[in-house]
Amino acid sequence: MATRKKKLTPPLPEAGHSSAGIMLKGMTRLISSVHKLDPGRFLHIGTQAPQCLAAHLDNQVATESPRAISRTSENDPAKHGEQHEGQHYNISFQDLKTVFSHGLPPRFVMQVKTFNEACLMVRRPALELLHYLKNTNFAHPAVRYVFYGEKGTGKTLSLCHSIHFCAKQDWLILHIPDAHLWVKNCRDLLQSTYNKQRFDQPLEASTWLKNFKTANEHFLSQIKVQEKYVWNKRESTEKGSPLGEVVEQGIMRVRNATDAVGIVLKELKRQSSSGIFRLLVAVDGVNALWGRTTLKREDKSPIAPEELAFIYNLRKMVKNDWQGGAIVLTVSQTGSLFKPRKAYLPQELLGKEGFDALDPFIPILVSNYNPKEFESCIHYYLENNWLQHEKAHTEEGKKELLFLSNRNPGQLERLCAYL
Amino acid sequence: MAALRVSCGAAASYRLFLGGRVSSARGQGLWKAAAAKLQRSPGCQILRLRHTTVVTTRKNVAALRRETYTVDFIKKQIEEFNIGKRHLANMMGEDPETFTQEDIDRAIAYLFPSGLFEKRARPIMKHPEEIFPKQRAIQWGEDGRPFHFLFYTGRQSYYSLMHEAYGKLLDVENRQDQLRAKGLFSEKTKARDPIGSRWLIKEELEEMLVEKLSDQDYAQFIRLLERLSALPCDAAEEEFVGRFRRSVTIQSKKQLIEPLQYDEKGMAFSTGQGNRKTAKAKVAVYDHGSGRIEVNGVDYLLYFPVTQDREQLMFPFHFLDRLGEHDVTCTVSGGGRAAQAGAIRLATARALCSFVTEDEVEWMRQAGLLTADPRVRERKKPGQEGARRKFTWKKR
Repeated sequence: MATRKKKLTPPLPEAGHSSAGIMLKGMTRLISSVHKLDPGRFLHIGTQAPQCLAAHLDNQVATESPRAISRTSENDPAKHGEQHEGQHYNISFQDLKTVFSHGLPPRFVMQVKTFNEACLMVRRPALELLHYLKNTNFAHPAVRYVFYGEKGTGKTLSLCHSIHFCAKQDWLILHIPDAHLWVKNCRDLLQSTYNKQRFDQPLEASTWLKNFKTANEHFLSQIKVQEKYVWNKRESTEKGSPLGEVVEQGIMRVRNATDAVGIVLKELKRQSSSGIFRLLVAVDGVNALWGRTTLKREDKSPIAPEELAFIYNLRKMVKNDWQGGAIVLTVSQTGSLFKPRKAYLPQELLGKEGFDALDPFIPILVSNYNPKEFESCIHYYLENNWLQHEKAHTEEGKKELLFLSNRNPGQLERLCAYL
Repeated sequence: MAALRVSCGAAASYRLFLGGRVSSARGQGLWKAAAAKLQRSPGCQILRLRHTTVVTTRKNVAALRRETYTVDFIKKQIEEFNIGKRHLANMMGEDPETFTQEDIDRAIAYLFPSGLFEKRARPIMKHPEEIFPKQRAIQWGEDGRPFHFLFYTGRQSYYSLMHEAYGKLLDVENRQDQLRAKGLFSEKTKARDPIGSRWLIKEELEEMLVEKLSDQDYAQFIRLLERLSALPCDAAEEEFVGRFRRSVTIQSKKQLIEPLQYDEKGMAFSTGQGNRKTAKAKVAVYDHGSGRIEVNGVDYLLYFPVTQDREQLMFPFHFLDRLGEHDVTCTVSGGGRAAQAGAIRLATARALCSFVTEDEVEWMRQAGLLTADPRVRERKKPGQEGARRKFTWKKR
């Protein structure tokens, strides 16, 4: 099966400049070679009936040239440039397991599972950010970049693209997948052991520590803590022990997980300026840090975000008083609390307090697909046989989809799920 | 005869005997005498036999219950109507001499505003001819002898009409034969507009003849008329046939097509209005656009997060295959989410009429894009929980 598949899908030269004639010749050769196979072998092609296969072949003939539009074989984000704009690149499963164990939006995870491959589109905002990241001066304080845009335009995935780049460049990734999850729906709030006024969130902290560990295994043994931390009467972490121990402690002793997180953040911030490693702080939905929470104390009085230990530490992290890395943030309305649906500008979503705290930052607007990206997305879905409607291939079908989704990636994805 | 002494003041119930009820000769004799007596009594309304002593027969009882109006009653109503018309004209400050029926309708709608949905339930003031159903006058004279020679067929008007039509047919055929004999016969066919008019329907014919008809009778009559009209006739026959045809206006010609307007940059645009339930929308469709739609200043993707609403917006463009070609700016208010989408859809369809050929306008009308949806929320009735839902029925 695998060999046959390879025959049907030959890897094309990336620039796609080969003349159509050669490609067609290639295809006709392919088709004839396929037809030389015994009919019996056709029947063993999984669940696909021969007619479907023929249709697939036709598809292949039609979309052979646009394949160069919708896909690229350049899988290293560092080498992505303007010419790759609109094309999908593959993320290996290894990276998915380590770097993106908790980072991807749930719908994208479902799509990855369905297509059995993780393909991300290279888009202009991400390219812009990569350009900035490549030219960062690590002696200067960390620069803050904020992705903003309307709902469903691709801010989280742009963030993931930049995280992938940094992971490939061997940075230490500090990724909080959705800060909104910390300010709502928390069942157990403990009073913090470190500071009586603040609150701990043990469960979330321990899950986050686990994911952090899988993402940055190799760093945890290299970085050493620079002071002694006493957890309780029996346990303490000595100065000079690797950071991995702190993480382990947090995972095992769930009560101290939030404190462990705080310690990790503090240590990383302190040590990133030293130059051993480069730190990327990536927070999705950073407007949660300065908004309101829906959590309440036992006496039903609301809790402000700074009374949560995690949020407090994270705010310190996001301040640009350290060097040796970058801070990439997104503001999103989707999980936010008490914000109007149509708000998407950083000013509206962060509020005055947040905006002052984050000022100065570089805003990067993420907008809907342009026509080329839209075409590319449709081709990607067609290639993976995701669009089964017979009109999906036609021009009119594309126009309909364009109209209905208004080129919004999120909407398009939801629409295509029905087709 | 005591029963015959009917009080003259009982003007409320007049009885008009529709012919043929009293069949026995004895009854006739009685009746004659009674009629003669009554005519002599002064100041009394002419009561054409209310009911005789033989009141117990079923037929007469049935006749009792039917509403019948005398000719005089109708005349009185007409007088009252005319006087009322003049009073109304005075009230409205108009000239009583030139007060038409439309003016009356307008005045009544103004003086008695009604919110009832059923138009026929609203107050009306019309000529009594239109209100009271047409009744047949007495078909026989004083001696009991019917006027019409076909009275005893039971359906005199119908048969007399058939007789007349057949007579005309024979005339035409005779004339044709004569012309053919003389050699001056010319084959010219009639050019009647087949689409512009239609034959009377059965109900209309019944109304015209004031008689009940059966389907076969009606079909027979129409066939005869068709036969007559197929032959070359002259003006009298044409007029005769014309009495039985009604004109049919083609619906779509009622659709007004607004001319294209041009704004200051020279872009062609067209406006349209639409409403649905309580939502009202005003739309401006621009030519040479890119498929952008702005609703109340916001992009349509943000304003209508539900796919169904956006599909409604897409429908007019998709139908005309003009998906990415126009820009739309609209304002909408009132109603709910789906009502606003429906209102904008109607408004864009109406606006697009100006950009599009007549045929496509007709197709749009047939697709239902140009018709305003008349459905509105039905009111809740007392004694029920909702418009239709009744309270839970409890057996005890």
